[in-house]
Amino acid sequence: MAKVVAVTGNEACANALRQVNPDVCGIYPITPQTDMMQRYASFIANGKVTTESILVESEHSSMSACIGAAAAGGRVITATSSQGLALMWEMLHIASGDRLPIIMPVVNRALSAPLNIHGDHSDAMGARDTGWIQIWSENAQESYDNTIQAFRIGEHMDIRLPVMVCLDGFIISHSIERMEYLEDGEVRDFVGEFKNFLPLLDLEKPKSYGPLILTDLYHEYKRAQHEVMTKVKDVVLDVAKDFEKLSGRKYGLFESYRLEDADIALVILNSAAGTSKDVIDEFRQRGVKAGLLKPRLFRPFPYEEAAEALKNTKAVCVMDRADSFGGYGPLFMEITSALYHLKERPVLINKIYGLGGRDYMPSHAELVLNELNEIAKGGKVKIIKEYLGVRE
Amino acid sequence: MATGLTLKELSKKEDRFTHGHRMCAGCGAPTIVKMVLLATDYPVIAANATGCLEVSSCISEYTAWKIPWIHTAFENAAATISGVETMYRSLKKQGKIDKDVKFIAFGGDGGTYDIGLQSLSGAMERGHDMLYVCYDNGAYMNTGIQRSSATPLGADTTTCPAGDIIPGKLRVRKNLTKIMAAHNIPYAAQASPSHWMDLMKKVRKAHEFIGPKFMNILSPCNRGWRSQTNDAITLSRLGVNSCYWPLYEIEDGVTKITYTPKDKIPVADFMKPQGRFKHLFAPANEWLLKKVQEEVDKEWEKLKKQAECGC
Repeated sequence: MAKVVAVTGNEACANALRQVNPDVCGIYPITPQTDMMQRYASFIANGKVTTESILVESEHSSMSACIGAAAAGGRVITATSSQGLALMWEMLHIASGDRLPIIMPVVNRALSAPLNIHGDHSDAMGARDTGWIQIWSENAQESYDNTIQAFRIGEHMDIRLPVMVCLDGFIISHSIERMEYLEDGEVRDFVGEFKNFLPLLDLEKPKSYGPLILTDLYHEYKRAQHEVMTKVKDVVLDVAKDFEKLSGRKYGLFESYRLEDADIALVILNSAAGTSKDVIDEFRQRGVKAGLLKPRLFRPFPYEEAAEALKNTKAVCVMDRADSFGGYGPLFMEITSALYHLKERPVLINKIYGLGGRDYMPSHAELVLNELNEIAKGGKVKIIKEYLGVRE
Repeated sequence: MATGLTLKELSKKEDRFTHGHRMCAGCGAPTIVKMVLLATDYPVIAANATGCLEVSSCISEYTAWKIPWIHTAFENAAATISGVETMYRSLKKQGKIDKDVKFIAFGGDGGTYDIGLQSLSGAMERGHDMLYVCYDNGAYMNTGIQRSSATPLGADTTTCPAGDIIPGKLRVRKNLTKIMAAHNIPYAAQASPSHWMDLMKKVRKAHEFIGPKFMNILSPCNRGWRSQTNDAITLSRLGVNSCYWPLYEIEDGVTKITYTPKDKIPVADFMKPQGRFKHLFAPANEWLLKKVQEEVDKEWEKLKKQAECGC
């Protein structure tokens, strides 16, 4: 029986982790993630879980210790944000290169300088090429559901990759929302026992992790990583199907919102999608065929499926809460790549919004949808990439 | 039953670090690893910092390690092994594993004194049941002999080269063994492959303490020291006998010198066969050679006082 609760995104993720009860976790504070793992520490202190924690002295050591623990053979978690994820960057590649299914909620936050503790996607976007699976979440419910599903995805014997579950700093991590928890036993059964693969603690059959591999085989190792990523989509969908049976909540590679007959569309990640959907409803009431695509699986990116979903639109704005300075926003680059192969494709524009926690308001969505509407009617694109809601 | 620490007994034991590795002829590190593993009468899992030992011992599908072994990066062998050890404790607590296992991290001085100091300090403070072994050859030898904070005063390296104006390294070494002991760990020690029995006894002793242990072991590098390939053991003996590298242990905060040279030889005797100190024997750099001796004497006197007062 599901239990309806009013909780923050951090609390929701902490509870998902508690229900899974992994063997080892790395804990290190960083705003706005801190509250998630300190909740987990209290679960440990109060005997709610049997997890052994490693109270590391940095995120670099957290990921290093998680890699050691996962290679030893067992289920491992940690969580981080922003500078913490940036400090882990070196080790993120090693976790995925060693094919270790570490699960890590990332509470998205801006990167310094200037120092800013609020939500944007610069941190996780900076880690998009590290070989981790990335799953993005709109609200507390999705953060919770994605965290639980992440174990099944990353630990799948055909996959064995680490997974980041992304949720917006403060907007989701610290806001209280209504959501539903599954029963502890349901989650335990859904996730199942951890299956070991080449554990260091198998003393009878010694393994060597992390060899030096130069020009003879490195290229092949990386190709293998690419190939395993191509299998992730199917596993994500299979796991989502099972999860739907358990929870009644449906998940895919992305969410299509009123997109079937849409002329104009927004592509937008995480919490801002919720705000946008309300505005899209208003536009629909006015007779404007507006829709929205909210990516869930960002790595690997579902190019074909996204193209299929957007192919009949006339104009699309890809909204990025991160920038690649001197380039387009990271999500825009993916969507343009997805659509390039179509014979007929929508006009694309890119808006950078909400950096460093700048509020994304319904008026912003309205502005963008109006612009798209003009473009769809044959108007010219004035500027492809533009900052939205910026003070001049 | 522990194996007796006699050559006869040890010769019967299987090497857990085998031949076929690609370390330079005359390198101290593989000898040290062999001694550490030979002295360990337990199942053992090792972590290795990036460095000479790592890049030369596990390449593609070949490994010289007959034990479970993990390398992740340069600065984090201590953090990595702390993760392995924590998983072991978790599984043991859950009844999924019952063996007694030891955990050892190996790192060079660059990966230990410098870039790995934070992760080492963190692991020591957290109290993991592990032994960290630093093989100290006094520079970043793997990348081509760059200065580290373990590089001795006066040494010529590629980043503190002995030139016309600056005669090599002008700073003294970081005293890492004491820094580790200051973490209030149960056991910290210095050893040298020249005194193999002393080294192996210290490894044995380290394993009998629960908690974090640290050993700093002098590791001659004929490339960086610019010495003969057959001089590794001789040079490490000269290092000990000049008190450049005193052999001691700090057990629960109490310092004990485990070997006192009968006749303390001048540090110049240790330095003379090494090309990295050649410039110090030029008349213009006499002052620096003198300063090296003074520093060695000062540290040795300090250590003796520490041992005498039992603190």
